[in-house]
Amino acid sequence: MNIQFRESSEAASPLTVKTAIADCDIHPARATRAELYPYLAKRWQHHLEVYGVHAYQGMMEGPPYPKAQPNASRRDAYPPEGGPQGSSLSFMRKQLLDPNNVQLGVLNPLNTGQGIRNHELSAALCSAINDWQIDKWTSKDKRLKASIVVGNEDGPSAAAEIRERAGDKNFVQVLLLSRNVEPLGQRRYWPIYQAAEEAGLPVGVHAFGFGGNPITPSGWPSYYIEEMVGHSQCQQSALASLVLEGVFERFPKLKMVMIEAGFGWAPSLAWRLDKVWQRLRSEVPHVKRPPSEYIRERVWYTTQPMEDPERREDLFDVIKWIGWDRLLFATDYPHWDYDEPSRVLPAGVGEADREAFYLGNAKKLYGMP
Amino acid sequence: MASLIAGGVDCDVHPAVPHLTSLLPYLNDYWRDQVTTRGMVDLISQSYPQNSPITARPDWRPESGKPGESLADMQRHVLDPFQLSHAICNPLYGVQMVFSEDLQAAFCRALNEWLAKEWLDRDPRLRGSIVIPTQSIEKAVAEIERCAQDRRFVQVLMLVMGDTPLGKRALWPIYEAAERLELPIGVHAGSAYHNPPTAVGWGSYHIEDYVGQAQAFQTQLTSLIVEGVFARYPRLKMVMLESGVSWISPFLWRLHKFWRGVRMETPWVDRAPLDIVRSNIRFSLQPFDAPPDEATLIRLFDHMQSDELVLFSTDYPHWQFDGQDALPAGLTPDLVRKIMSDNPHATYPRLT
Repeated sequence: MNIQFRESSEAASPLTVKTAIADCDIHPARATRAELYPYLAKRWQHHLEVYGVHAYQGMMEGPPYPKAQPNASRRDAYPPEGGPQGSSLSFMRKQLLDPNNVQLGVLNPLNTGQGIRNHELSAALCSAINDWQIDKWTSKDKRLKASIVVGNEDGPSAAAEIRERAGDKNFVQVLLLSRNVEPLGQRRYWPIYQAAEEAGLPVGVHAFGFGGNPITPSGWPSYYIEEMVGHSQCQQSALASLVLEGVFERFPKLKMVMIEAGFGWAPSLAWRLDKVWQRLRSEVPHVKRPPSEYIRERVWYTTQPMEDPERREDLFDVIKWIGWDRLLFATDYPHWDYDEPSRVLPAGVGEADREAFYLGNAKKLYGMP
Repeated sequence: MASLIAGGVDCDVHPAVPHLTSLLPYLNDYWRDQVTTRGMVDLISQSYPQNSPITARPDWRPESGKPGESLADMQRHVLDPFQLSHAICNPLYGVQMVFSEDLQAAFCRALNEWLAKEWLDRDPRLRGSIVIPTQSIEKAVAEIERCAQDRRFVQVLMLVMGDTPLGKRALWPIYEAAERLELPIGVHAGSAYHNPPTAVGWGSYHIEDYVGQAQAFQTQLTSLIVEGVFARYPRLKMVMLESGVSWISPFLWRLHKFWRGVRMETPWVDRAPLDIVRSNIRFSLQPFDAPPDEATLIRLFDHMQSDELVLFSTDYPHWQFDGQDALPAGLTPDLVRKIMSDNPHATYPRLT
């Protein structure tokens, strides 16, 4: 995490070339609202100006829980040419990609067309965001790869968007958010998984989103910290749904990436699922194997925000239970709770595990040479 | 499995109300009439369908009636064979699902009287939890104060999934009364189903609801801590019942990290969440949701950095373990004594 008010990171350039890493959660931003208009039909430009996005939450502008920092982003990440944090490729290169020797950066745009009640608008915005990712980012810097953002509540149109982008090497995954109208294993989302599987793309599930449900099973909480800590619970419920609805059985090549919700919760969830499945498997005969097996084989986790034990080496137990081969390093740039690559791992990690954690797992999952 | 010791405290057993009509003797004329003339049916929560394998161990399931409805069975199945000094009764009758505060208050009062007369009066080892009508905070506090006069009530019982997060200030009069009357708040698995049972909506299956209890406990711990309940009521203990335990440490590592990051948002949280949990929060042992190997268990308990967090429970008649294997393998005799006796007594001041 990073909440210091630093003057600038420019002085922090390394003395030697750092070992290459992958950053599997980077958030590119639009400099202005109109930046997306070249990719949107006039009708939708007009619609946005008059009616806004009409999300599954009440705020016209900004999030329901005020963030800890403007745009939830580092105060030192404002580009010198203006615009919000994360909106300038040249500054992202200077602040993130070059000094950290990022060889692969996976873009996960937020505040796009997801979580919107008008599903036609949702599809149009997502398609526009995908074009914008190519034009503004991936075509200009080959280290960056995009995620296919899809209108999450309309399975068929989301699947069409995936099929249109399938085979385009600018894209390395399909992006969903964890909070939707229904838990992610539900049938309405199956066309998305089918299209992703056909395209050979993993499906990333990033924390956040709105689907009209209170963000705890006991109603709406009060504070931003509750929403932030709660992302790991939302992710657990989404993953439990995927397992228990039989999504991994039905789509045997589907891979999922749990993004920006940490990973410390994963072993306990898998144990609990296994134990309860032993008792209740007659209710879910389509779940043919112990749930932990699907999770072990088919689920990856981006690391940020990494759990932070008092005794940092305790984290090694959890990573061992998950598997060193399933973690994908991520900074969450430019967000305020950025994990600094040189500091996240406690000492005592073997070279092979370290390489897998920082780069190897990501290259393998995302099919990079 | 680790060896049980005699004289332990079982912090989570579930006596079952045979039927709504069993409460009629404890309702006044008006409510008795309402129940009968309106044809109200038995309040069984879908958190525990009667025939679900989770709801009763096969050898604890009666030939007829609800699992847990017979005192003789409870004595034969747990009180005697586990050589318990005490068992704390947590009725899971579905009164929390009721929306009317008047009806709910009448049912809670009847349920508490039923527990005292039909269970606590009939076995000196039994202790009770006070079930409260949370649709009205005022009525909930009144029910706590009424029942607390009977020292055999040792705890207040709430569900982990209610109308609002448990830290919300509107609920604080309940916590004030509980602290004042030396009653921990027991938060038990289960939902009033006034909200979807997961934070991402309604799942399809019973198994999904049951797995989801652990996530509900996690969000409630966040709420209780960051709203400042324990800053205001430092002597208040809360016990997470049937919560699972293997998620505790990784969850706290995450909460701790975010607390350090955004503590300016909740400046009244003047101690680290880890410290608050160690001083004010306890967890019942069953369901023990970790693989059955000693090495993992040793690491999990070591991660907690405290031997005071866990309280013995069988979760009778729910099916969490077989035979006498209530204690997972790998617990040292010291830890067994803490879990079965020292920790429960330190948590429940009324347990004498």
